[in-house]
Amino acid sequence: MLIGVLALQGDFEAHGAALRRAGAEVLEVRTKEDLARVDGLVIPGGESTTMLKLMGYYDLFEPLRTFGASKPIFGTCAGAILLASEVMNPPQPSLNLIDMAIQRNAYGRQLDSRVVKLNGHGLEGDPELEAVFIRAPIIRRVGEGGKVMATYKDDPVLVDYGRHMVATFHPELSNDLRIHNHFLAKLG
Amino acid sequence: MMYLDEAFRVKVGLAEMLKGGVIMDVTDAKQAEIAEKAGACAVMALERVPSDIRKEGGVARMAAISKIREIMANTSIPVMAKVRIGHFAEARVLEALEVDYIDESEVLTPADEEHHVWKRDFKVPFVCGCRNLGEALRRIAEGAAMIRTKGEAGSGNIVEAVRHMRTIVKEMKQLTVLGPEELVAESKKHQAPLELIQYVHEHGKLPVPNFSAGGIATPADAALARLLGAEAVFVGSGIFKSSDPETRAKAIVKANTHYNEPLAVLEASEELGDAMPGLDIRQMAEGDLMQTRGW
Repeated sequence: MLIGVLALQGDFEAHGAALRRAGAEVLEVRTKEDLARVDGLVIPGGESTTMLKLMGYYDLFEPLRTFGASKPIFGTCAGAILLASEVMNPPQPSLNLIDMAIQRNAYGRQLDSRVVKLNGHGLEGDPELEAVFIRAPIIRRVGEGGKVMATYKDDPVLVDYGRHMVATFHPELSNDLRIHNHFLAKLG
Repeated sequence: MMYLDEAFRVKVGLAEMLKGGVIMDVTDAKQAEIAEKAGACAVMALERVPSDIRKEGGVARMAAISKIREIMANTSIPVMAKVRIGHFAEARVLEALEVDYIDESEVLTPADEEHHVWKRDFKVPFVCGCRNLGEALRRIAEGAAMIRTKGEAGSGNIVEAVRHMRTIVKEMKQLTVLGPEELVAESKKHQAPLELIQYVHEHGKLPVPNFSAGGIATPADAALARLLGAEAVFVGSGIFKSSDPETRAKAIVKANTHYNEPLAVLEASEELGDAMPGLDIRQMAEGDLMQTRGW
């Protein structure tokens, strides 16, 4: 089983390291050929506009949509924005693989970035879960198939969509591997 | 330790998000739009690009607030801005303005020839330039959450960027093979805190992301910086002083993502016009160098 991390731009290295610590074999995905080799994919944090441009430059948009129709994708922050069906602030194209509305940079600028402790996340073990928010988006609507696992200030921040999942924070920047393990469990 | 606390991790967190990207110098909202459309992961707002600062001379200061505001209002990607070395009052102004990152930069005229800004006092993160490991670690000790090698800004010449990246990578490699008892002497040699020398000894890298700047003018320059160890690149005059900013910005973004694929860098380099005019560093007067600013 090979897990891909979309490595167009962003903190793909941190995701790769977290997945390896969780015992997965990891491939950095930059091309259609790379994508064809993996069983699941992480779309990391970074700048969603930059990733969209690069998906366009290298014709990755449709292959990613096709991939997501049968294989699991975990999107964090910019990755969650790219998976959503509706993007606000400003509106922009997305892969439209999950029924969700999301607002970019919704907490404000970098000065509003923060590390917080979440409770009641539906994962085994420690009731507290660290969440690192960096210029984070806010999920404004969770549509069909979405199960909210954790919230921060009443907004969903970790949502399981069955095949796919999204987080508006960065589990790859914490030492806790439970979220990555939860994603890996989807690959059987 | 400072580099493990939450406030510092949030600062480094944004630098992590910029990895694998291109940060472009822009002087107004129109240039910022071109940069964002080409795929820049952030923009650096400044009054004049380094090659113009070099040409026009005089004192280079923090950019006009109206310009920075205009750029912030018209982009959805992070906006950075520069302050003079040691000018903590300019830094306070930019923090109040809520820019996403401050570059304490040798490209502007230094305000203090002995001290840098004590960056730990700020909530906004800082990036600083370096020419070697000691300089990088001193800046991190002061609170910098991102390092960029300096190169020679506004020169269009990659040679200094290469020198600085090779130097810091070699110095880090050397630390990894030493015994713990040898690190105190290394701390003295590099004029850097022992705990940061120990970190590099153990991990083989800095506790913050390490980017490259100063002289990148072509897609192949960006690829070279990445191949030598840079985790992202800053492009200053290289884009908006070329004959074809839009095409060149896009080409550098493409080459930067596929830096390890010669065919992709070739493809990105097709159809480019003239790069910015370059300067031979060896024929420059010592006083014209920007890289020697900072201590």
